[in-house]
Amino acid sequence: MALSGVEIFKHLPKTNCKKCGHPTCLAFAMKLAAKQASLDACPDASEDAKKILGESAAPPIRGITLGLGDKAVKVGEEICLFRHDKKFFNPNVFAVAIKASEAGDAAAKKIDAVKNSEIDRVGQKLRVDAIAVTDEGGDAAKFASVVKQVVDGAPGVPIILVSKDPATIEAGIAHCADKRPLIYAATAENAEAMAKIAKEKKASLAIAADGLDALTALSEKVKGLGVDDLVLDSGARKVKDMIEHYTIIRRAAIKKNFKPLGYPIIAFAGRDNSVSETMAAAIGTMKYASIIILNNVEKWKMLALLSLRQNIYTDPQVPMQVAQNVYKVGDAKDSSPLMITTNFSLSYFIVRGEVENSKVPAWLAVMDNEGLSVLTAWAAGKFTAGKIAAFITESGVEKNIKHKELIIPGYVAILSGALEEKLPGWKITVGPREANGLPSFLKGRA
Amino acid sequence: MALVIPKESYSGKIYNVTLGTGAKAVTIGGASALPYLAFEGTFPNKPAVALEVTDIAPDDWPETVKKAVSGAASNPVQWAKFCQQNGADAVALRLIGTHPDQQNKSAEEAAKIAAEVAAAIDIPLIILGSGHVEKDTQVLQAAAAATRGKNCTIGKAVEENYKTIAAAVMANDHKLIAMSQLDVNLAKQLNILLSQMGFDKERIIMDPMSSALGYGLEYTYSVMERIRQAALLQNDPMMQTPVVCDIGANVWKVKETMAADAEVPEWGSLEDRALAWEAVTASAMITAGADMLIMRHPGAAAKTKELIAELMG
Ligand code: SF4
Repeated sequence: MALSGVEIFKHLPKTNCKKCGHPTCLAFAMKLAAKQASLDACPDASEDAKKILGESAAPPIRGITLGLGDKAVKVGEEICLFRHDKKFFNPNVFAVAIKASEAGDAAAKKIDAVKNSEIDRVGQKLRVDAIAVTDEGGDAAKFASVVKQVVDGAPGVPIILVSKDPATIEAGIAHCADKRPLIYAATAENAEAMAKIAKEKKASLAIAADGLDALTALSEKVKGLGVDDLVLDSGARKVKDMIEHYTIIRRAAIKKNFKPLGYPIIAFAGRDNSVSETMAAAIGTMKYASIIILNNVEKWKMLALLSLRQNIYTDPQVPMQVAQNVYKVGDAKDSSPLMITTNFSLSYFIVRGEVENSKVPAWLAVMDNEGLSVLTAWAAGKFTAGKIAAFITESGVEKNIKHKELIIPGYVAILSGALEEKLPGWKITVGPREANGLPSFLKGRA
Repeated sequence: MALVIPKESYSGKIYNVTLGTGAKAVTIGGASALPYLAFEGTFPNKPAVALEVTDIAPDDWPETVKKAVSGAASNPVQWAKFCQQNGADAVALRLIGTHPDQQNKSAEEAAKIAAEVAAAIDIPLIILGSGHVEKDTQVLQAAAAATRGKNCTIGKAVEENYKTIAAAVMANDHKLIAMSQLDVNLAKQLNILLSQMGFDKERIIMDPMSSALGYGLEYTYSVMERIRQAALLQNDPMMQTPVVCDIGANVWKVKETMAADAEVPEWGSLEDRALAWEAVTASAMITAGADMLIMRHPGAAAKTKELIAELMG
């Protein structure tokens, strides 16, 4: 639980030396309580103070980073159970499993798929985030050869080493020890050996147990062995168990500050049927899994999963926005109609969808109104005749069209007179109030 | 440290609502905990998956889904039987042909088709208007009368037209779908308005307005999560009606379910992509608490039913 300013103050040196940049230790303690300062700023804090305060300040779910450099991914540090309570912060990682038996061509194909997986979605670049090299039979040499193939073939892509055999992990990690891999997994049987490797190689360590009680016990054991960066697998494979276990883990961590389960979750969504695999991974994405292992990463599957992840991890407090631009819908020509709306993404999606439905090619001018809907933007003075006129003039849309007619949303019909004044030579047409009126409106004109 | 399972204590429960008649009648709702948390509540009924049919040929449906219902789609009665044979829990007949911009079919014509479809199947029938606020009042009134005794699910009533539609549903002993626009308070408001006119709230199914994966899905998802929390944790009786998600109509108009392989090679195969789009949208709605889905692709519906079976355990 977070400590109050006064409780924190008790652990500070109380010399008021000001080295932290604050006039007194108490003032600094208040800042710490508000999470507006870090204890590092006090050079004289005792080791004890660091330990106590560090733990109280620690997020309820520990942040874990896989890999290094620009492809590194961070998971964990979530603070809520429902995205509408605040938001989900660190998007889950999608990793493809490459089995040791796939060494060679099959592995090369998957490595290529990962390298070519990047797609651009609403301005974000998304891709398969990591590769999980998976041992099935204890052939350590073969396992290591696939790890090497991955390190060489997909440089920088974070690696997960999947084997319950410490010797196999040793063989594999020899090729990626300096790349901050994740080891999967320590179990009750091999915990000491796995913890030793993780500590030596500064790797994070997943722990796998059957059920939440066993997982709790194993978590405490491995932490006791000196490993801090843990990832949890409760053994859930069916979607019902995933939702139940992951909800309990997340609740225990966030609502009860239950430390043994305060770590990111790893889910194995692999299924023989690729659609079932996609749906299981979707459940993991929505219900608190931080690392999701897939058997295959077909392009269609990743498009669906990455889109879902983007939806779920969007900040619900900030209305999603579309970039200001004049968008071409269908095969718009210089004679096609020009319409305007605001850049609230839902307005844009709905308007665009209805224009597409109408099958009438058109130009859709999307104006930056800080993500507000048409009526809200108008009410807030952000969708006024003057601003619309300036946007249309500066957008350069006149180069694309040979007419001078602008269709405005029916809700702001009131603007049409003022707009004709501000845009001399333009004809302003009032469109329907709701987007679902667009198909008949557009078809009626065509 | 031993783990004490942190449980919620729920004071509310979702109403059970029975759709259709006879051996194939379907009951939805009844949940007493947030979706699928069986360690702290019960889920007596599995969500129903309805397949959509339209009164006129589905010319504006993308090829992939048209192909999946091929042969059957030219005739709503045949098509409804096809859905029943393909494992649908219910058939959703959308009377899109009544829309003034479509074929502007009369309410009588539409009602006749509704009655024929109802007679041809023994699974429950959902009857949807075209979404035209004024026309729907006539169409759904006529359809409600023509299917009296079938315990159909009729909608969608919206704030602008709920009175006439609800009255017809009440008079003919059906169930009602009440749709509001992506807002917890609006959803509640509409249920209150319906109750105030004497409509039994246990005959309402809420439609929070669906959206497709990648196109505002998160809004529907969070509105549904909040509705379920209000119903169960705050015991708000006006939020305890089951929820339906009409996803097919949203999914099958986005680019991801239409663009050919060659057009966007980085998106992969259209067939797989389109099916996955509806299946993942369905997964999200189910996870957020949907009690019924209206879908278009029989293949995606079948995968959704598998998922539901696995969730029910
Ligand atoms: S640096 Fe440390 S000891 Fe000095 S005033 Fe700040 S908190 Fe107190």
